[in-house]
Amino acid sequence: MNNSVGNTARLLGAGLRALLVLTALCGVLYPLAVTGVAQTLFHDKANGSEITDSTGRVVGSRLIGQRYDLPLKEGQETPDPDLRWFQPRPSNGLGENSANTQYDLILSGATNRAGDNAELLQWVKEAKAAVVKDNSTADFKVNPSDVPADAVTSSGSGLDPHISPRYAELQVHRIADRNHLDVRQVRKLVDAHTEGRTLGFLGEPRVNVLQLNVALAELAAKSR
Amino acid sequence: MSPEIAGVLQLLALIAALGLAYRPLGDHMARVYSADRHLRAERWIYRAVGVDPNAEMRWPAYLRGVLAFSAVGVLFLYLLQRLQGSLPGSLGFASIDPDQAFNTAASFVANTNWQSYYGEQAMGHVVQTGGLAVQNFVSAAVGMAVAVALVRGFARTPAGELGNFWADLVRGVVRILVPMAVLGALVLVACGAVQNFAGIHEVGQFMGGTQQWNGGAVASQEVIKELGTNGGGYFNANSAHPFENPSPFSNLFEVFLILVIPFSLTRTFGRMVGSLKQGYAILGTMAVIWIGFTALMMWTEFAGRGPAFEAAGGAMEGKETRFGIGGSALFSVATTLTSTGAVNSFHSSFTGFGGGIQLLGMQLGEIAPGGVGSGLYGMLIMAIVAVFIAGLMVGRTPEYLGKKIGTREIKFAACYILVTPALVLGFTAAAMALDTPADSMTNSGAHGFSEILYAYTSGANNNGSAFAGLNADTQWFNSTIGIAMLLGRFLPMVFVLALAGSLAEQNPVPATAGTLRTEKPLFTGLLAGTLLIVTGLTYFPALALGPLAEGLAA
Repeated sequence: MNNSVGNTARLLGAGLRALLVLTALCGVLYPLAVTGVAQTLFHDKANGSEITDSTGRVVGSRLIGQRYDLPLKEGQETPDPDLRWFQPRPSNGLGENSANTQYDLILSGATNRAGDNAELLQWVKEAKAAVVKDNSTADFKVNPSDVPADAVTSSGSGLDPHISPRYAELQVHRIADRNHLDVRQVRKLVDAHTEGRTLGFLGEPRVNVLQLNVALAELAAKSR
Repeated sequence: MSPEIAGVLQLLALIAALGLAYRPLGDHMARVYSADRHLRAERWIYRAVGVDPNAEMRWPAYLRGVLAFSAVGVLFLYLLQRLQGSLPGSLGFASIDPDQAFNTAASFVANTNWQSYYGEQAMGHVVQTGGLAVQNFVSAAVGMAVAVALVRGFARTPAGELGNFWADLVRGVVRILVPMAVLGALVLVACGAVQNFAGIHEVGQFMGGTQQWNGGAVASQEVIKELGTNGGGYFNANSAHPFENPSPFSNLFEVFLILVIPFSLTRTFGRMVGSLKQGYAILGTMAVIWIGFTALMMWTEFAGRGPAFEAAGGAMEGKETRFGIGGSALFSVATTLTSTGAVNSFHSSFTGFGGGIQLLGMQLGEIAPGGVGSGLYGMLIMAIVAVFIAGLMVGRTPEYLGKKIGTREIKFAACYILVTPALVLGFTAAAMALDTPADSMTNSGAHGFSEILYAYTSGANNNGSAFAGLNADTQWFNSTIGIAMLLGRFLPMVFVLALAGSLAEQNPVPATAGTLRTEKPLFTGLLAGTLLIVTGLTYFPALALGPLAEGLAA
């Protein structure tokens, strides 16, 4: 009996030593080495692909979607979108941190609603109505069947930095209208910021909303 | 080009890449586990651990090594989380509550990586990088070690010894996982995945003000999360988060990482039993199921049935623009047919049938190609059942790879097959029968039931993905899923190693005209059929109540 207790203790001791040695390798050496090389070779990317506007101010990450909303009015729960700027996808699954509240972190996430969920159906219908209303101008009417799926659904991360080229195109008339620009100018801007599939077949065509809005701000400032 | 064609081309590119890696990686792994010599670094590790890497172990000793190492791992990870509040380098994050800390420790040691916490707000650098990521390496290496032990059971005659657990563990980490992870992490950083220790910092925003980001060693954890079929995301959004999976290329690369070791292990198996063709037969079964499931998933997701998806004009809820439906379908099948559970799109928002495909993929036992190691041993157990069934049909004592499948062997195989369904269906029934667990559901009706069925399927099969509408951070779910993960990982390992020991003791039976040719396509078909029938009979009633009901109503 004592012998088997001793054997078990010896075995657990070996297990602990193995864990500690492998922790030193996989939990200390490995991440430090990768960080060292990454920071040397890919400094910008390893630190979040930040981008700046024309004045050199950091306006966010190429990879992280943002909201382009008006300031919250009194009595409002959700702010209205600022229609001067290209609007991203909805992000109904995004949260704020509920633990360690000394921080104000963005909590990535999806809505996790199923296709037959009544609330999701409601959100989609409301979003579609809003997209149709917001993007219709005096001389351009949006047809509800032209609204692409990404315009009315939340992404997996809630931080999707992209919209589909179709949704960008849909917003061109509104953007031109609100910024007193020519529709053709805005369309050229969207085309210049449309990325095709990588190597022609990977992923989907897309437009980076932050980069597009930075370029739009420049264009609007120039033509003012 | 239509999105459908682009999706198919991505699948073909993936098959080509896996095909290119198959021979070199499979042969490399066979050499690693058969080599007599130790590297200098390894000898140093064995001295520090105080073990003799050349001592051959019979199955009980091998099993004791697995269990002791894993038990220490659970305890260490539990304590690390419980002490987080006092540890430096933890961003000032508080300690994790006991039930959640138990769940997470069990989860990462069992290669499940179910997460009932939000990564970016709960786990600091020390726990993520020094605790969770370490288990990503070692739990994967344990899985590979057990698979190799079973292969040795077939290959060795009559010995009874299965190798040395410590040597297999260390070699798996040092010679396979770490080198591949270093290369893979740098590829991911080049795509845009972050890798820093900047902590939480403020970054400017376009509309003014700032946003707070949590930095960290993300790329280095992301790569082993896929490569070791682990799946625990650094961020809550997992591989949908642009810092974890920034581009369409990184997406395909991550799917490749998930699949490359499990598929290539069939080559390792073929090498070690002295017949590459036996490996190809197993590979064939895995590949047929994987490609079939991917095709079905693309079909149902592109069709996008369901009231909300039809109103939106496509099933893009929970999916990222840069991956689209094709890249999301590809990832979701790879993650549920292996024990990975990482997600690049949210499974709860897939179509009804899409959710059914994910569930069925896990319920097959994650064998096509399955988790690193666990996929191979799971498939070999099913191969034993298949030759047993074939033997019954012709009235002949079944044999596989020259070893007789007698009463003892088939009992171990049967026990293996019964463990996970018992856990999944038992816990699901209990959760549905009790009052409070259902309060955690976000969706109601068939999908609500699927949320709970998915949770236990994912836990007991060591997958870790979720229908994440379920609020699993309750004492009930933390405890029961934690137990399901531990039993679902280690009980099957007991039966695998016992079986391996029993096989290793046998003298080989010479092949005769009456021997079932297990290297032929006929056997590939028999194996796939056995799998689908056994799994279908077990889970059909539960699937009918959940995803099938939802899918047929849409």
